[in-house]
Amino acid sequence: MTAPDERATSGPAVRFRDPQIEMAHGAGGIASRRLIDSLIAPLLLGSRARGLADAAELPGDGAALVMTADGFVVTPLTFNGGSIGELAINGTVNDLVVSGAIPIAITVTLVLEAGLPTAVLEAELRAMALAAAKAGVPIIGGDTKVVDHGKADQMYISTAGVGRQFPNIRLGSTEVRVGDRILLSGPIGDHGITILLARGELDLEADLRSDTRSVLPMVQPLLEALGPAVHWMRDPTRGGVASALNELALDTGLGITITEESLPIRPAVRGACELLGLDPLHIANEGQFLAVIAPEAADRALAVVRAAPGGKEARFIGEVGVEPAAAVLSVSSYGGTRIIDMLVGDPLPRIC
Amino acid sequence: MRFVDEFRDPEAIGRARDEIRRLADPKRHYRIMEVCGGHTHAIFRFGLKDLLPDNVELIHGPGCPVCVLPMGRIDDGVEVARQPGVIFAAFGDMMRVPGAHGSPLEHKARGLDVRIVYSPLDALKLARNNPDRHVMFFAIGFETTAPSTALTIMRARDEGITNFSVFCNHVTIIPPIKAILDSPDMRLDGFLGPGHVSTVIGCEPYEWIASREGLPIVVSGFEPLDLLQSLVMLLRQLQEGTARVENQYARVVPWEGNRAALRAIAEVFELRPFFEWRGLGFISQSALRLREEYATWDTERRFKVPGVRVTDPKAAQCGEVLKGVLKPSQCKLFGRECTPEHPVGALMVSSEGSCAAYYNYEHRKQAAREASLV
Repeated sequence: MTAPDERATSGPAVRFRDPQIEMAHGAGGIASRRLIDSLIAPLLLGSRARGLADAAELPGDGAALVMTADGFVVTPLTFNGGSIGELAINGTVNDLVVSGAIPIAITVTLVLEAGLPTAVLEAELRAMALAAAKAGVPIIGGDTKVVDHGKADQMYISTAGVGRQFPNIRLGSTEVRVGDRILLSGPIGDHGITILLARGELDLEADLRSDTRSVLPMVQPLLEALGPAVHWMRDPTRGGVASALNELALDTGLGITITEESLPIRPAVRGACELLGLDPLHIANEGQFLAVIAPEAADRALAVVRAAPGGKEARFIGEVGVEPAAAVLSVSSYGGTRIIDMLVGDPLPRIC
Repeated sequence: MRFVDEFRDPEAIGRARDEIRRLADPKRHYRIMEVCGGHTHAIFRFGLKDLLPDNVELIHGPGCPVCVLPMGRIDDGVEVARQPGVIFAAFGDMMRVPGAHGSPLEHKARGLDVRIVYSPLDALKLARNNPDRHVMFFAIGFETTAPSTALTIMRARDEGITNFSVFCNHVTIIPPIKAILDSPDMRLDGFLGPGHVSTVIGCEPYEWIASREGLPIVVSGFEPLDLLQSLVMLLRQLQEGTARVENQYARVVPWEGNRAALRAIAEVFELRPFFEWRGLGFISQSALRLREEYATWDTERRFKVPGVRVTDPKAAQCGEVLKGVLKPSQCKLFGRECTPEHPVGALMVSSEGSCAAYYNYEHRKQAAREASLV
């Protein structure tokens, strides 16, 4: 048996200095990245920790299998356009898909709070089964735990997913080149703003739905048609497009320039963001992807995604350059520029 | 989107930019202070500095209510919220503002019952729905938000809701402008007047700036075209050698202000003899407190408030930045010990604080520019 003091001090030294875990460490911004890069990855992944993505290839010879894990904690459980069960399946599928893999199996762990009505659980199980069927991936097992009332917020879902690597592609920040174009699959901010409104704390109403969906129907034809001309993909969930692009900029050391007017944003999302002082670029999405495409294949890529189910509103939002090094710059139609930073903490509405 | 897109029209913005360049005398250097934190945020968010000639310099003023709140007030609020049964309710703006022992958000993560509300009425609703708890609304803001706090307190009185109180941190806009103009190391050529505050107080309270101090002031809106047009109006006055109060934001700001809102403020609040401002120190008659008649809803009268005083770290030069004597990046702590994630000074806290705005939107741009020159 390992002595307790050995358990607490074994492994490499770490640089993480935050004295306790705060909500910001889970918000997908700077604090999340610091927690993962300077505490979790060094201790759990060691030397395998380079180029951290949401999914990774399994070690072993020629297996070409990719694995991902994901956790879901959402309040409220159901909202316009979806629910936690649907999010869990689509989120797992999307993490595999943007890593360049076709999902082949998912496992599901449920953490349930005592007192959860069976009807709620049943509805979520049905939602998960339906989402899995739609994505064409079986749920093959899992685990269930129940905790005391008050020790969890109704239900949490943790998933693991395995996928088979798409042949003839190489995705990752090392593939990204100056001149590459950045494609976004559709309108941003729908999910985050829908959740904000669904919490009912704001006396605001809007005709908005979460965009939760599998991105496989858009990504599969893209990878089939373009293969290695697709250099990098990410689903801009927590932390939004701003955080995903900042990760790209930091990992490559290159400059990402986006044009403000090219961003697809629904009027209701834009209105809510203007009103609350939020930046749509920081708001979470659950059914969109970003892809970095070689310039010579750009037109074809856009045509393929637009022709795919759900891809009508895809467009290019910017490109990869040298400046500003390791940062994201937004340029407006009238020539104003601003640096787009990663999200700091949770997006909080400004009032005064 | 109406009332937004027409004020971001590239052609109109281009014309305003050209007019500013035409009006700005290349032999002069213009120092213009935007008083309001909302303006600071907009200037950075829209990248307006890129459109201005180098000799038109914008100085970021004290109009960010979160930034000027002394740390001790947050600790006081948290101390009250520690008492059994108390719910701490505040705007999202307040949540990341650090006290000596952490921000409300950090206290929430440690178990304090902290709720984000979107209006004071939502805090009152919390009190109505939790009759066995006491809801303390941590009120902040200039004359912009004070009327809604006042009306909420009047509503609480009318409905007889007594498990609700307001920890009042409302401040007023004129005294800090006076303090800045009284400061000997300050030299300004004019002001962009605050937009939202002026919807309540109107334009008349600024007359003394023009008549006594001889400085032009233009009350401005928040869209790119608003701010550029206001600069055109200021530069025209400076060219003519006049000093007047002008209202660029007339679509929202009535010259005489909002009398009903002013009545609500006067009904519920009175001036404190003095109040401490972060970075500026004590300023007399610069903040509001509840009148005696509303003592039932006054946190400071109902609870024992410790009155904590926390001094800012010595190395932080918030006062100089707040008064426009130093640029954010000239502070010794900027971008090193003091970042939006770990703010040391007040101006790094809110996205309306000049340091946070400068950090988020500007300094990396500048760093990149400098790197490319080397």
